[in-house]
Amino acid sequence: MLAQDIPTLPRGVRLHYDKVRENWVLLAPERAVTLDQIGYAILNEVDGQRSFGQITSALSEKYNAPVDQITEDSSGFLDALRTRRFLDVN
Amino acid sequence: MAQTAPPPIAMLAELTHRCPLSCPYCSNPVEMTRRDSEMDTDTWVRVFDEAAALGVLQLHLSGGEPASRRDLVTLVQAARQAGLYTNLITSAIGLTEQRLHELDAAGLDHVQLSLQGTDAVMADKVGGYRGGFDRKMKAVEWIKQIGFPLTLNFVLHRHNAHQLPRALELAQDMGARRIEVATVQFHGWALQNRDALMPTREQAQQVTQHVTEARKALKGTLVIDYVPADYHSDYPKRCMGGWGTTGLNVTPDGQVLPCHAAQSIPHLRFDRVQDKSLAEIWHHNAAFNAYRGTGWMSEPCQSCERKTVDFGGCRCQAMAIIGDASATDPVCIKSPHHKQLQAQANQHAARVDAPFVYRTAPGTAREPAE
Repeated sequence: MLAQDIPTLPRGVRLHYDKVRENWVLLAPERAVTLDQIGYAILNEVDGQRSFGQITSALSEKYNAPVDQITEDSSGFLDALRTRRFLDVN
Repeated sequence: MAQTAPPPIAMLAELTHRCPLSCPYCSNPVEMTRRDSEMDTDTWVRVFDEAAALGVLQLHLSGGEPASRRDLVTLVQAARQAGLYTNLITSAIGLTEQRLHELDAAGLDHVQLSLQGTDAVMADKVGGYRGGFDRKMKAVEWIKQIGFPLTLNFVLHRHNAHQLPRALELAQDMGARRIEVATVQFHGWALQNRDALMPTREQAQQVTQHVTEARKALKGTLVIDYVPADYHSDYPKRCMGGWGTTGLNVTPDGQVLPCHAAQSIPHLRFDRVQDKSLAEIWHHNAAFNAYRGTGWMSEPCQSCERKTVDFGGCRCQAMAIIGDASATDPVCIKSPHHKQLQAQANQHAARVDAPFVYRTAPGTAREPAE
């Protein structure tokens, strides 16, 4: 995932709060991915408008954490979703 | 209510057993539910609400052909309102452009489209429905235009295994993000078609190799889920992700099953949604608890390091092949029946002239309802 990439959740992939298990999940075709706090924080910023670089800067500010660390963590996570076709990049 | 297991993630709702196709590998039971025994709209809607409250996230609307239900759009809408992710498992034959738009407006999340073959000759022969392939391809155009996320389900057997490369191309042409390459499973009606459908060992190996290569070549473009030919395998499937752990199945007349073939195990007794809540059935019905966890296992499963990997394989297959649902799945290399099963698979595959025994449908409706 490059800084200028714009990640977006394609149709059929959406965030959902699981009231029974009390956590966030990513619902995708015939799959449900349980999200930890970091995964949810990242995907919550994905709006199909802002670039990956803008998202990591925002997260860095919000959580007062080094941007390099955030970039590394989110890049691996988003790339894995992309491989499964749960995430598109514009 | 005391809980016996984590809540289920997925529910397969078999809305009807009616279907315009008559595929010889139909996984519906030999004794199918007739139209007049199907549950009405309100009962299904209540079941969807109960499922969501129990913890189900994914709803698979299946059949038979779910489009044969006149109330399909209403059911999709209700399922979305309940908070469920809605997946329509369909042949798409007979789905009109208007109905697809209505399903779109109702909030349908995803379409899983079955593929009987990659051309009309093969597909219409397998489905037993002349003109079916052309009608399916017409519906695919509308599905593409609307933009439904699409998974293709290619059921593979001895007659169409060579079409796998074309199926992968078709999936990409259709804009599918995922394809399931599912070698035919022998449950229900399919059991009597093993002579006609069993792939040869060489075919099974070629398919595995092709899938492995295609997964690399198509990484990030097309996700390939693969169900290998298990009669030719050395380890069994992790059936249902473990009995009574992740999924449940509701039949057209309201019986709640741990898997779609569970009625083939004669000593199991199932409850119906008309009589008990889904939560009560999930946690307390004896059929769900019969093969949960590992306590029911005998040897060689009990001492096996893979016992929580595959949970001893498929209970229905152990029943069908050995007559004992608590035995190790005979697919497993550790089963005393493994060698015999492999020999039997080769014998089935050698019956080159065996004719298809087509599924015969209950009721009279041949066409999906409009």
